[in-house]
Amino acid sequence: MPNLVRTLIGLALLVAVAQARAQLEIIVTDPGAQRSPIAVVPFAGEAAVGSSLTQIVRADLERSGLFRGVEVPPLAPPPTENTPVNYGEWRSRLADALVLGSVVTRPDGRFEVRFRVYDIVKQAPLGAIAYVFTKENARAAAHRVADFVYEKITGEKGVFSTQIAYVVRRGAAFELQIADADGERSQYLLRSNEPIISPVWSPEGRRIAYVSFESKKPVVYVHHLEDRRRQVVASFRGSNSAPAWAPDGKTLAVVLSVDGGSQLFLLNADGSGARRRISNSNSIDTEPRFSSDGKWIYFTSDRGGSPQVYRMPSGGGEPQRVTFEGSYNVSPRPSPDGRVLAYVTRNAGKFQVALLDLSNRQVQVITDSDRDESPSFAPNGRMILLATVIGGRGVLSAVSADGRIKQRLPFAGGDVREPAWGPFIE
Amino acid sequence: MRAILIATLCAAGLLLGAGCSTTPEDQAAAGVEDRTGKPGAKPGADTRAVQPPKVAAVDVSKPSASSVSALKDPNSVLSKRSIYYDLDKFDVKDEFRSLVEAHAKYLRENPSARMMIQGNTDERGSREYNVGLGQRRSDGVKRMMVLLGARENQIESVSLGEEKPQADGHDEGAWSKNRRSDILYGGEY
Repeated sequence: MPNLVRTLIGLALLVAVAQARAQLEIIVTDPGAQRSPIAVVPFAGEAAVGSSLTQIVRADLERSGLFRGVEVPPLAPPPTENTPVNYGEWRSRLADALVLGSVVTRPDGRFEVRFRVYDIVKQAPLGAIAYVFTKENARAAAHRVADFVYEKITGEKGVFSTQIAYVVRRGAAFELQIADADGERSQYLLRSNEPIISPVWSPEGRRIAYVSFESKKPVVYVHHLEDRRRQVVASFRGSNSAPAWAPDGKTLAVVLSVDGGSQLFLLNADGSGARRRISNSNSIDTEPRFSSDGKWIYFTSDRGGSPQVYRMPSGGGEPQRVTFEGSYNVSPRPSPDGRVLAYVTRNAGKFQVALLDLSNRQVQVITDSDRDESPSFAPNGRMILLATVIGGRGVLSAVSADGRIKQRLPFAGGDVREPAWGPFIE
Repeated sequence: MRAILIATLCAAGLLLGAGCSTTPEDQAAAGVEDRTGKPGAKPGADTRAVQPPKVAAVDVSKPSASSVSALKDPNSVLSKRSIYYDLDKFDVKDEFRSLVEAHAKYLRENPSARMMIQGNTDERGSREYNVGLGQRRSDGVKRMMVLLGARENQIESVSLGEEKPQADGHDEGAWSKNRRSDILYGGEY
């Protein structure tokens, strides 16, 4: 009996710690921002999994900035995906949407979660699905549930199942890590006593290219996530940096100083074949990024006297200037739908993230911090992850593409920088 | 005189290996490494040291003992390894000219010596753009040394961007120490 109590206390502590770490600071800067109230009723039988799926689902949905969880009193008997829904009753609980479900243990020991999503305002079911998962993958299953709910209600794909990569610096030690999009389940890919910068995910999400200074100069590597094999793809005389994946996953744009200066080149991502130079200037040409249709390469260049964003046809060709306002516009990142360009702009000594609408040339600065770096779009284009400095410490934060929702990702200890949001995983 | 002797021996096929190679890159690095790596080695006490003529050839191609120690001698300008820059500047300031000239002279007089120049910036702005700015600084030092008679293939100019600050602060005092080019010789990197 005392053992049981001790176990229960232990479990409670574990859960508390896990929740504290998962706590995200969400700041909604625009008071007019509408967050849709959603009731995610604890799934019948989910206690058997050991972690609350619905708590993770609710946290995910709230983190998107589009939803607000509605408190639900304990219901008896606990409703499941098969319970008939009384729309009027849920309306009176002020919910616009509802998720009901259950978890059963299968004969093979795995779990199955089944759930249904309802639109309470329109009084209509939106869809239902079931996922099978092991205890170890409960978090991943919950993210899947949140993705399904998000997509049924908003019509857009959710990004809760995606991963992020970033670099953590503790003193003189550097780690390239990957984690779930909520910052949980982090693991390191590379640990080094020299800096690591510029991680970028391959389009299919199984490789990460990055720059490591472990040989006392910048060298570009491709790291295979499945077998942790790493490959040198650019180690030419001079500096090798700023890798960017072409949408085909076979080509990398990189910046090399092998011919003098910093110029753009294309390489085969498997390290085979010869390098092809695609820029030809006396200036610094760097930070290449392919548009998602593969037609353009956006890049930073100081050919006009100050660093500005340009673009050129991806096979090489005449560059066109893209940014005009201000004297320091760098780190271009075209949005997944190709309509918007995120970049870092310097405003009276402050470095902030700006969005340029590529059709009407409107510019909007969407952050109010002063040392923002390395913006990275979520694969659905809704949020932008970035590195900033708060209280002298590097942290990751995320801002919605309309600038109204800002979040800070929790990481214990160290300077966190160089975020890269991974692609959708099927 | 020595060079003529080596050239003659090479032509005669008497010296094999390092001394006659047309790719001096690797051997030079190895040579310098040997010296710095075994400071306590006593060549005279080692019976093998007097054997093959090949060893003698490698020794000849190495920097002379006096100049190697000059690289570390605090009284020698060669022990000065950092060139500092003004904000957004890439040219070597007059106060660092004699330093660059001394290193160029060393490279000229020690053809097998190899050098890496690492360009650095302060912490402000994009990390990758700063890699480009640091490269512009190290390329500038390299260009100057080549004009002063160093050979192009003796020097590799690279950039560490803002990643390896000398000072950790976040003000001009720290930034001015971080906008620099550092000179390293083969064996030091």
